[in-house]
Amino acid sequence: MMPDVSNQATELELLLPASARVWLAEARRQPLATAFPAAARKVGRARLGPGWSADQATRALLLVGAPASEVQDVYRYGDAAEKLAVLHALSVADIADGLQEQALPIIEDAIRTNDKRLLAAALGPYATQYLPQPAFRQAVLKCVFANVPLAVVDGLPKRVDQELIRMMSDFATERSAAGRDIPADLEAYLTSPP
Amino acid sequence: MRIFDPHIHMTSRTTDDYAAMAAHGVQALVEPAFWLGQPRTSVGSFVDYFDALIGWEPFRASQYGIKHHCTIALNPKEANDPRCREVLEVLPRYLAKDGVVAVGEVGYDSMTPEEDEVFAAQLELAQQFELPVLVHTPHRDKAAGTTRTLDVVKESGLDPQRVVVDHLNELTVKEVADAGCWMGFSIYPDTKMDPDRMVVILQQFGTERILVNSAADWGKSDPLRTYATGRAMLAAGFTDDDVDQVLWRNPVAFFGQSQRLDLTGREPADSFEGNSILRGARA
Repeated sequence: MMPDVSNQATELELLLPASARVWLAEARRQPLATAFPAAARKVGRARLGPGWSADQATRALLLVGAPASEVQDVYRYGDAAEKLAVLHALSVADIADGLQEQALPIIEDAIRTNDKRLLAAALGPYATQYLPQPAFRQAVLKCVFANVPLAVVDGLPKRVDQELIRMMSDFATERSAAGRDIPADLEAYLTSPP
Repeated sequence: MRIFDPHIHMTSRTTDDYAAMAAHGVQALVEPAFWLGQPRTSVGSFVDYFDALIGWEPFRASQYGIKHHCTIALNPKEANDPRCREVLEVLPRYLAKDGVVAVGEVGYDSMTPEEDEVFAAQLELAQQFELPVLVHTPHRDKAAGTTRTLDVVKESGLDPQRVVVDHLNELTVKEVADAGCWMGFSIYPDTKMDPDRMVVILQQFGTERILVNSAADWGKSDPLRTYATGRAMLAAGFTDDDVDQVLWRNPVAFFGQSQRLDLTGREPADSFEGNSILRGARA
């Protein structure tokens, strides 16, 4: 699920325990390339509420104001937890607004992988705003294939169009012909936009 | 018998090997970064390899309930190739990661000036990232290479307790024991060291500061040599507790110095990047 508590950096920082804020202040003076991967060991991984854990929130806050090339590098060299943190960070308005469409290659990479967690996290509000429609449709269909619940896709139902409905309907027909089940959350998209 | 293999190149092994290792008590391992049997020609080739060591291979290991950690470095063979040297600039990104528990394999292959420089630079990185060091000793001119290794370690100011000098034999073990470093032994089917010779060394030097590994890779090797060494120890009169110290507690103590060793949660993950390798497990 994408974060739904906070989409502003200042609110996010208030969620952090005091000790994590102390480390964050120190880490902001260090190179992002090494502070970012170290964050989980330094601040822990406690849940802070719906959508955020301490390490993800800290990593997101390290990206506020970072140039697009650095954000891309942190994602490129990240392990799965770091890549997820970058994707979650793109749901923070202060970060997304600063990057504009420059983080799109990150979203495209995450959709290209077959890691369900990355796929789900890629389809947050940033993708809703910037991902072109053909890529959005393919990503939604990939969710159906990979059993990622469509409820996690921020851009649904508002970005549904006739072509996506056709693709979903063809998929359902193929499944029926093979005698296989059709995912329940697909049915709402089969005949007309909900 | 519970086994922690402190040096094994799982990227070159099959799932059958993982299954056999798990069946013989291997519950954790460290995969050091080394060369691939054929030379790399670019930094990108290293980066993809490092990504496998922190992502794909731990996932594969988890299918068999085995905890996988790794060490990261530019190995001494490829330290001599200018096309590979630039990987030094990428290393800090990886040395900061949770699954990385040491800098390694570093050390000497042909003892060139390039190897000197790269070895020293990586010992400095170990200090900076507060990581222990896994040092490879050369297969040719091993005794001289080991002496030179210990000199470089001493000059670096690193605590010898945070350094393991690997691939030792009867001729090189004493010098490493005297220097206060950990002593590593790679047990191979034919070469380097075998279980019975290992037992003799354990009788002479005791069970402290000793790491026994299979170093299995793409060459003729056997990922169960750790288990065979445990059996040989028991046959020679060592106790179960001695075996546990050498094959489990010693590697935990050595790599535990990184503060990054995570031996909890050994239940299998069900997919990595959605690529289920549990073939046959599902309808």
